[in-house]
Amino acid sequence: MKLLYFAWVRERVGKPEEEIELPAEIATVGDLMSWLSRRGEEYAHAFENPRVIRAAVDRAHVKADTAIAGAREIAFFPPMTGG
Amino acid sequence: MSATVRLQQEPFDAAAEAAKITRGRSDVGAVVMFTGICRGDENGEPIAALTLEHYPGMAEAEIARHVEAAESRWALQGVTVIHRYGRIAPGEDIVLVVTASSHRQDAFAAAEFLMDYLKTRAPFWKRVERADGGTWVDAKSSDDALADRWARPSGRREAAE
Repeated sequence: MKLLYFAWVRERVGKPEEEIELPAEIATVGDLMSWLSRRGEEYAHAFENPRVIRAAVDRAHVKADTAIAGAREIAFFPPMTGG
Repeated sequence: MSATVRLQQEPFDAAAEAAKITRGRSDVGAVVMFTGICRGDENGEPIAALTLEHYPGMAEAEIARHVEAAESRWALQGVTVIHRYGRIAPGEDIVLVVTASSHRQDAFAAAEFLMDYLKTRAPFWKRVERADGGTWVDAKSSDDALADRWARPSGRREAAE
């Protein structure tokens, strides 16, 4: 599965994207965030407040309770500030 | 309806885009054009520039989804959305929304709807560049409130009605 990070999430994680093998027990976007936050200091910093982090599964906005089975691409980013 | 969605680093010509939307047709009675411009200050502090990061692929898809939503909600003859990314200096254009309709109400409402959603749903992030470093722009809850009003039946601004 491909993970993408943007803006300060990207800066804190220290990379724009990565390919990962997910343990089978990771069912939702929220599970994935808490699993990532245990992968090291930089991830812990990036995901220290998961409530402010937005997610997209296969390029569509989703909530933290969304199931990730079958997803190809999951992105994490701060609230958007375009326009 | 003709729809154009474009993401680009280079500047755009707002007047030319607005002219394009009506060229060769006589059914358009109203064109609304909104241009978002980079200010020279953020929270009262002078800035050197903004850098806009985006999520390629999703940004186009998300804008296209909202153009379709606008099209289903109002009677539109044309929509153009152009959003720039990369480094943008104060005074330069960031975003353009042009809507064309037979009558002004639909063109005004659709342009406002698209801008409210671009602010809160299109995957772009602004970083402020200052002489002493940089910071990410914080999202504003007032922008969320502006986008939310289009989803509430009581807050609807159905121009056609």
